[in-house]
Amino acid sequence: MSDVPWLTVLVAVPLVGAVVVAALPRAELAKLVALLVSVLTLGVGVAVALQYELGGGMQLTETHDWIAAFGVHYALGVDGLSLLMVLLTVVLVPIVLAYSWTHADEGRGASGSTRSFFAWALALEALSLAVFLATDVFLFYVVFEATLIPAYFLIGGFGKAGRGAAAVKFLMFQLGGGLVLLGSVIGLYVVSAQAGEPSYLHADLAELDLSTSAERWLLAGFLIAFIVKAPLFPLHTWLADTTEKATPGTSVLLVCVLDKIGTYGMLRFCLELFPEASRWATPLVVTLALISIVYGALLAIGQDDLLRLVGLTSLSHFGFITLGIFVFSSQGQSGAILYMVNHGLGTALLFLTAGHVIERRGTSSISRMGGMEKLTPVLAGLFLVAGLATLSLPGLSPFVSELLVIIAAFDYHWWVGAVAVTGIVLAAIYVLWMYQRVMTGPGPLAAGAAGGAGEHADDPARREPAGHGTDAPTGGTATATATRPTTGTTAGSSTAVGPRDLRPHEVAVLAPLVAGLVFLGFYPMPLFDVANPYVEDLMSHVGVEDDAPAVPEGTTVEHAGEGAH
Amino acid sequence: MDFVKPTIEYAELAPLLIVLGGACLGVVVEAFVPRERRRLVQVALAAVVLVAAFATTIWVATDLAEVADGAARGLLAAEGTIVVDGPTVFLWGLVLLLSLGGVALFAERRLEGGVSAFAGQAAALPGTEAEREVSTRGWEHTEVYPLLLFAVGGMMLFPASNDLLTMFVALEVLSLPLYLLCGLARRRRLLSQEAALKYFLLGAFSSGFFLYGVALVYGFAGSMQLAAIAEAVRNDTENQGLLLVGMGMLAVGLLFKVGAAPFQGWTPDVYQGAPTAVTAFMSAATKVAAFGAILRLFYVAFGSDRWSWQPMMWAVAILTMVVGAVVAVSQTDVKRMLAYSSVAHTGFLLTGVLGVQGAGELAEGQVTSLQAVLFYLTTYGVATLGAFAVVTLVRDSNGEATHFDRWAGLGRRSPWLAAAFGLYLLSMAGIPLTAGFVGKWAVFTVAMSAGAWPVVLTAIASSIIAIFFYVRYIRIMFFAEPEAGPDGLPGEVASVTTPSLLTSATIAVGVLATVVIGVVPGPVLDLAARAGDFIR
Repeated sequence: MSDVPWLTVLVAVPLVGAVVVAALPRAELAKLVALLVSVLTLGVGVAVALQYELGGGMQLTETHDWIAAFGVHYALGVDGLSLLMVLLTVVLVPIVLAYSWTHADEGRGASGSTRSFFAWALALEALSLAVFLATDVFLFYVVFEATLIPAYFLIGGFGKAGRGAAAVKFLMFQLGGGLVLLGSVIGLYVVSAQAGEPSYLHADLAELDLSTSAERWLLAGFLIAFIVKAPLFPLHTWLADTTEKATPGTSVLLVCVLDKIGTYGMLRFCLELFPEASRWATPLVVTLALISIVYGALLAIGQDDLLRLVGLTSLSHFGFITLGIFVFSSQGQSGAILYMVNHGLGTALLFLTAGHVIERRGTSSISRMGGMEKLTPVLAGLFLVAGLATLSLPGLSPFVSELLVIIAAFDYHWWVGAVAVTGIVLAAIYVLWMYQRVMTGPGPLAAGAAGGAGEHADDPARREPAGHGTDAPTGGTATATATRPTTGTTAGSSTAVGPRDLRPHEVAVLAPLVAGLVFLGFYPMPLFDVANPYVEDLMSHVGVEDDAPAVPEGTTVEHAGEGAH
Repeated sequence: MDFVKPTIEYAELAPLLIVLGGACLGVVVEAFVPRERRRLVQVALAAVVLVAAFATTIWVATDLAEVADGAARGLLAAEGTIVVDGPTVFLWGLVLLLSLGGVALFAERRLEGGVSAFAGQAAALPGTEAEREVSTRGWEHTEVYPLLLFAVGGMMLFPASNDLLTMFVALEVLSLPLYLLCGLARRRRLLSQEAALKYFLLGAFSSGFFLYGVALVYGFAGSMQLAAIAEAVRNDTENQGLLLVGMGMLAVGLLFKVGAAPFQGWTPDVYQGAPTAVTAFMSAATKVAAFGAILRLFYVAFGSDRWSWQPMMWAVAILTMVVGAVVAVSQTDVKRMLAYSSVAHTGFLLTGVLGVQGAGELAEGQVTSLQAVLFYLTTYGVATLGAFAVVTLVRDSNGEATHFDRWAGLGRRSPWLAAAFGLYLLSMAGIPLTAGFVGKWAVFTVAMSAGAWPVVLTAIASSIIAIFFYVRYIRIMFFAEPEAGPDGLPGEVASVTTPSLLTSATIAVGVLATVVIGVVPGPVLDLAARAGDFIR
């Protein structure tokens, strides 16, 4: 182990970067610095990964007293689970920043400046990294709540009309869940104090001998907070509103990074600190996960707003992840961990390509789109790839993880698997139908030629102010971009200038995501190498053994849970 | 009967004597210094007195002798009527620091175009010729500084008093100047005078309750001394009715001062009507002093009978939190919103108060309820003083613009000030990395340790409600557009008047303290822990 506190550096680089970016005078310079900082963070993240020893448990640990009176430490450490989450975060943030290079200008409201978007994004990255690295429950709680502040300003400051209300709704749900968690965090202190000296270190708490009722109450607080965060039915209602109003870049940060804290926390805290109670809660959580899978997919099918649709697909996916975690088998948990990574890549690609589509069409309403395929073949292709990743097509990485989760679900109980499988079918419906409505059919030029009156109906900038008086002057993305197809049809109908295709630099931004999806789809071993030792440790800690992997017996119902007693 | 000369521990009581002496000196200044030079002299005198008192407080604190095997530090002074112990000096220091901020806000003159926020002549009827004359001559009441010092003296005596009569005297010494100060607003004078009258009438009423409680408890214990009462509570099982009723009456008097439900009715009106500088000082410092007194009374005098008063505290705490948080949601005036939020905070503080446990029940190094409440008072006092200081700056043509609509979009016009206010609100909401979070954590923890989980659950539920109105306000400042007026033109919005160094420094120090205590709460917590226990 070296003397350099790598994990502190990893958190500090984007945090300092955020402050610097916020203080820079010019927006262009700020963007450049922000991107460099995020790439530097990526470098530090890779450096951490290179030092990581596979299967070595908690590594690169740093522990310092922080608030001695509360038994609180500044303690960081990285293991297989956190390493994957950290890498996902440091990879996604530069992509989002590069994507937002031009979009932050267009999508901003009067209250936000480009500079502050980049600064808040970096702050969010720093705090999210701290969440994944914290090995002290109090520190985790503090940064867990602190991530909400940059997230609140990212949602409230950038996006379309009605984002202020969406930001308040987001924050209310999250802080509400957070305060319930606070109850449990306080409870942990009390039981820890009763057991001797109060300490919040994860390692100390995992060794506590809790009474059954205390363990269950404490678990309830953690679980509610993580169900809000992840999100699962019935505490998911903030998700669709938030993704609809926020910019696609913000949504990537929220759904692909921040929401992972929910499922991360289920593994790290629910299962590791309260193993017995987690097994006790399994039927409830599995039920909620199944409802989320099906209900999220059904909702997604019914959406007309592209970003809402993408947001709700994640509800379905988080259902899968939670299902994988709570079926208590090593396939399920490896699958869930892989799913967290793959969902991050796939959904990020889907959000960003959807953002490009919306930018070109000037509307996010699917029913007003159509026919983009011919005009923007590259964009259409990437959009399709993202969609296929979302429905877990074999050959793309989400397939591997979804398959593992479903196998584990069948292993848990046949009907659980049966319900989960419907999620795949429904995913095919919402993805392919979405693609069909957005990309195929008569093109926007034909629609534009159909009549000038239709053009006005198409233009959300003229429609929305009536409904949202307060935010009218900040029409957001729609105002800035709606003019483009309009001018294309009126001024250049002979030359047929439609929405332009993706430019090379825009493709370059998205390329790493596509490469990751394909590479990990064919060769997921690196992920397994990192995740499996963690899962083995977790399974032995929880006290569960896998069923014998004999195929013929697989049909008889044999719970993973039975091995524990 | 021989007259025995009482012994007064002048050294240990120096901070108190300096403040009260300074107040008397201020009255003399008022009589002898010409009007045009009075303000400067008074401000300087008040500031010097407070700083000197603070310095001697630190000196006293470092010099306190240990008693009871190191569990507490301090001594009984002035024939056992005043006790100077760890919690006392902690509260003294806190009150003095907050008062220093109060003096800075009182002395601000740039906001009203060269005059202070106080009426030129309180005796002149609003709207009369006399008022206009005073106004054109630019007079101002410089008596506010001695009044403030008297109030501070009372606030210092209140938590230090070791018998019920001293406590009552302290209560009156701190209250009377505040009643007066509340009625001295330069603008909206009728509102201000109404607030003062309301505060006075209800305050006098509650003093009556307190006094009656004193009489009943004397009837039970045969003594005014807290230690003797504690002794009687431990040994005497007769006349429990007298004790319980007396305890309840005393609680009414004290809970009125901190604005706990069901005695919170005066809070919004008084906070709104009083000059904002007075509100800032009063809301922060009074609560510190009154909670000090509550802690001492209930821990020292009634500590061994806590099973009798804890259920009452449970009920009051739950009611206070719920009423404060729920009613605050429907407010549209920022001063009233902060008033109800302060009611909710009273509830959170009571949650800490009722979390008292015997020494044997606590683990090594566990947070005690006294430590938690002292810490919470620090964070709350700083945030409240700062938040009201910001309110004084946000003005339109009618003076302070306290209606929500006027604050719309302030985040764009004055990002730094809006950010400071946002930080205070986040701290009150208890968001991590602000001081308020650690305070909230501490009081909830002690209550949870004491088994008061229903109170903690209510506290968490009210925190969620409270977050709603804090966050909504941040949204108004940063994301809302000013609403159009009836004529279709954009409505009038408030702008920030550039203050002098006095107010800016108060706000800046508050912001700094909120962040630093939030990130590194250790030193303040240790200080509160080192205050040790009360001397009995």
